[in-house]
Amino acid sequence: MVGIVSYGGYIPRLRLNRMAVLKSMGWFAPNLAGSAQGERSMCNWDEDSLTMAVAASQDCLAGLDKSKIDAVYLASTTMPFSDRDNAGILKAALNLKDDLSTGDFATSLKSGTSAMIAALDSVKGGNKKQILISASDNRRSKSASVQEMWFGDGASSLLVGDDNVIAEFLDSYSESHDFVDHYRGQNTKFDYNWEERWIRDEGYSKIYPHVIQGLLDKTDMSMDLGVNPDQVVSNMHEETGECGTAHPFVMLTRELEKAQPGDKLLVAGYGQGADALLFEVTENIKNLPGRNGISGNLARKKVEDTYTKWLQFNELIETEMGARAEVSNRTSVSILWRYRKLILGFVGGRCKECGTPQIPSERICVNPSCGAIDSQEDYEFADKPAKILTFTADNLAASLAPPAIYGMIQFDDGGRMMMDFTDCMPDDVEVGVPIKPSFRKKYYDQDRGFTGYFWKAVPQPAPEQ
Amino acid sequence: MATGIKDKVAIIGMGCSKFGERWDMGAEELIVEAFVECLEDAKIEKNDIQAAWFGSCIAEVNVGSTAMPLARSLRLPHIPVTRVENACATGTEAFRGACYAVASGAYDIVLAQGQEKLKDTGYGGLPAGGGGTKADMISPNTTAPGNFAQLASAYRARYGYSRDELKLALANISWKSHQNGAINPKAHLRKPIAIETILNAPMIADPLGLFDCCGVSDGSACAIVTTPEIAKDLGHKKLLTVKALAIAVSNGYESAFNEWKGDHFVTADKAADMAYAEAGIKNPREEISMMEVHDCFSITELVTMEDLKISARGEAVKDINDGFYNLDGGGVPCQPDGGLKCFGHPIGASGLRMLYEMYLQLHGRAGERQIENPIYGLTHNLGGSPRDNVCSVAIIGQYR
Repeated sequence: MVGIVSYGGYIPRLRLNRMAVLKSMGWFAPNLAGSAQGERSMCNWDEDSLTMAVAASQDCLAGLDKSKIDAVYLASTTMPFSDRDNAGILKAALNLKDDLSTGDFATSLKSGTSAMIAALDSVKGGNKKQILISASDNRRSKSASVQEMWFGDGASSLLVGDDNVIAEFLDSYSESHDFVDHYRGQNTKFDYNWEERWIRDEGYSKIYPHVIQGLLDKTDMSMDLGVNPDQVVSNMHEETGECGTAHPFVMLTRELEKAQPGDKLLVAGYGQGADALLFEVTENIKNLPGRNGISGNLARKKVEDTYTKWLQFNELIETEMGARAEVSNRTSVSILWRYRKLILGFVGGRCKECGTPQIPSERICVNPSCGAIDSQEDYEFADKPAKILTFTADNLAASLAPPAIYGMIQFDDGGRMMMDFTDCMPDDVEVGVPIKPSFRKKYYDQDRGFTGYFWKAVPQPAPEQ
Repeated sequence: MATGIKDKVAIIGMGCSKFGERWDMGAEELIVEAFVECLEDAKIEKNDIQAAWFGSCIAEVNVGSTAMPLARSLRLPHIPVTRVENACATGTEAFRGACYAVASGAYDIVLAQGQEKLKDTGYGGLPAGGGGTKADMISPNTTAPGNFAQLASAYRARYGYSRDELKLALANISWKSHQNGAINPKAHLRKPIAIETILNAPMIADPLGLFDCCGVSDGSACAIVTTPEIAKDLGHKKLLTVKALAIAVSNGYESAFNEWKGDHFVTADKAADMAYAEAGIKNPREEISMMEVHDCFSITELVTMEDLKISARGEAVKDINDGFYNLDGGGVPCQPDGGLKCFGHPIGASGLRMLYEMYLQLHGRAGERQIENPIYGLTHNLGGSPRDNVCSVAIIGQYR
C-alpha cells in the first residue's frame, strides 16, 4: 500500500492582527476592511521558507527512522536560493543520509501538490521507499495590498511511503493551464495581479471543479461539489491566511490530525492549472505518535499589533540600524562545507571513551578528566532537551528586534552552547527555563545575496502541572 | 626546577597618557605621551632600551598588526620589538614578555608598552565579532556587556540574591569607582555619580545599566624593566619588583562541558592561585594592600573579588556594601585610580595602566588617592567573555 506515512506542520508564532493593518493603512486603502478579520501568520525576522520547512519536517519525522528516507522534495515559490539546492539545505538541516535524491519544486502555487504526486508515483513505481515532501511559503506583498491581508506564512511536511501508511493514496488527476491570474517575474519582489472577478469566474471556479471532477470520475467516486459545505474544510483565513504553496498541505495536515480510519480526504492545489489527490485513512493512523501538527502551532501564538514591526521584518521600511550593524557577513563556504553537520545539522560529538556529548565537537574531548583524541562520534543536538543556564537581554547588539536575547543553554544529557534566543521576550527567560533548538536565519548578506543559517534556542512555556 | 619571577625584575619607570576620548591625538601621539613620562622616570636614555614588547588589540580599527607602530612612533633604533595581543589582557601580556626577557638574561633593559585608539570607529562600545571566521557562523549576536551580564543571572541563581539586592551591590561598585576617578587627573570619567542615578540609568544589557559599563577610551601606558642589580646601579633607591605574573586561558571547558555554573571565572580562580603561590602570599585578604582589577562591568568586579579569594564565595555582595573595597574602607581598596570604569579602557593599554597605579601607590606618589604603606599591589586583567577568556594576575611590591 502506498500513501502518507506521517505529517508535520509549522506556523510561525507571530500573528499579525489584521485590524492593525487597517488601523495604520485604512486611510489609504479603506477596501482593506473587507478582509480585516482575525490574524495572519507572519514569519519572525529570522524565519523564511526554508526554516519553516525544517521545523515542519522535524515535526513530521519525530520518532521515525530518518535513515529510511530515499528522497527529499521542497516546494515553495519563495526559495531562499535561485541556484543552490534548497531541498539539499533542508536535508542537511535534518541531518539525513547523503545517499538520497533531492529536488526543488517551485514557481507555482501548486508545486506542493505536484511534488506530492511525483513522490507518490515514484514510491508506487517501486524505485523509492520513502520520500519527504515539505511545502513552505512566505510571500512578500506590498503594504496596504489585499495580498498583505490574505497571505499567511506557514509550512507542512508529509512523509510518503509503502509501509505503515496512515492514509492510502487512491489516485490523482492534474491539468495544466497557463492561466495568469498573478505572476512574479524573475527580478521582482511582489506578485502582479489581474482583476479578482476574472480570476474567480474564469479561473478558480472553472479549473478547480473540472480537475476535481476529473479525479472523481477516475476513481468512480461522487461528491456533490458546492452543495454540501460540511465536507469542505476551513480555509483558515482568520487563523493564518493563505499560505501559498504550503496551503493544501497545511489544510490536509490539520485534517489528518483528527481523521478516522475510513475517512476519504481530497486535497487539491491550484496554480496555472490544478492537481487533485484522493486518500483513504487507514487503521494505522491510530499508531502514529502525537505531534504538533498545525493545531499545536496554532495554539502557540503571539498576536502582533504593531504594524511597523511587520513592515520592518519584511523590508517595507528602512530603519536606522546604527553603525554597529555595518559588519561584513561574508560567509566562507569552504568552512560551511567542512562543518556542514555542525552549522546546518546542529550535530556535535559524543566521546566514545567517556560518553560526554559536546558541541562543537573538536578532535580532543572537552571532558578535562578524559581528553581522548579523535574519539568523537556524531551526536545530534536538535532534538535533545535543554535548559537556560545564563541569559541576558542586550540593547547594544544590532538587531532587527531588540533587545537581542541570548545566553548559555545546557542540554540535560550533556553539552552546552552559547546561543541566540528567538521567539521570546525578556520576561520569557530565566535560569532553568526549557528551550528547543530551532533552525533559523542568522543573517542576510545584502552585498552578496547570501542567507546564513544556524540554530537558535526557543524558550518553551513551563509545562502545565 | 622553575623558581618563578619573584624579585628577578624591577620596574624602574612607568608612564601613562591621559585616558579618554582623545580626539586630539592618534595612537602614535598617545604612545609618545606615555613614553616621555616613563623614560624620564626611569633615568635612562632611549638608546639604553635593548628590546620592546608592544601590546595592541583590535588591529582593524587601531594601528594594524605588527610591532612597527611602536618602533616608528618612538623611532626606536632598529631594536627587537614584538607585538603581542591577548584580548583585553594584552597590556599585561606585553609586560610579561618584557619581564621574562629581562629574567632570562637576554636583555638588561626592556620596554613594555600598550596602546589602543578606539574612538575613531564612529560608534560607542567595542567592535563586534572577532572570534574567527568559523565562530562568526555559529556564535550568537553578542556584545561585551551582554556576555558579562550573564554572570549576574547565574550568580543570582546560585546564591539566591534578588535582582534588586544584586543591582544595589553593582551600583555600589560603580559609585566607588566614580568617587576614585573624580580625584584622578588622568582619568577618563571624573564625576562622582549618585547611587540613584546609577540604579536608574538606561539598560544596556540586563541587568547592566549604563553606569555598570566601563568607559571606552583612547590611551597608552608603559613600563621600563630591568634587574634589581642594574636598577641600583642606575641610582634607583626604592626598588619595586615583580612578585608574580600568572595567566590562565580558557580551553573550552567552561563553554562546552557541563560543570561550570556561569557565575564566576575559572581562569581568574586559577591565575590567582598561581600568582599567590609565586609571590608566597598565604592569606590574600590580609596581605594584599590594594588592587586594580578588570572591572569592564560592575558584575565582573563583583565575582572577581571571590575568584581572587579576597571575599569568600557568595560574600562579595556583603563586602562591597560594607565598603570593604573603598579607598577609605579599611579593607583592600580596589580601583584606587577609578578602574576601567572611570580611568577608562583603551584595551591594549589597560594592563599596564593598572600596574601604573600600583607603582605610583607603592612609591607614595598617588596624591589624593594615596593608600597608607602599601606592600603588595595586585592587578587582574581579563580578556574575552566569562565562558572563554584569558585572565592574568600580576603582583608587584616593595623589594626586600
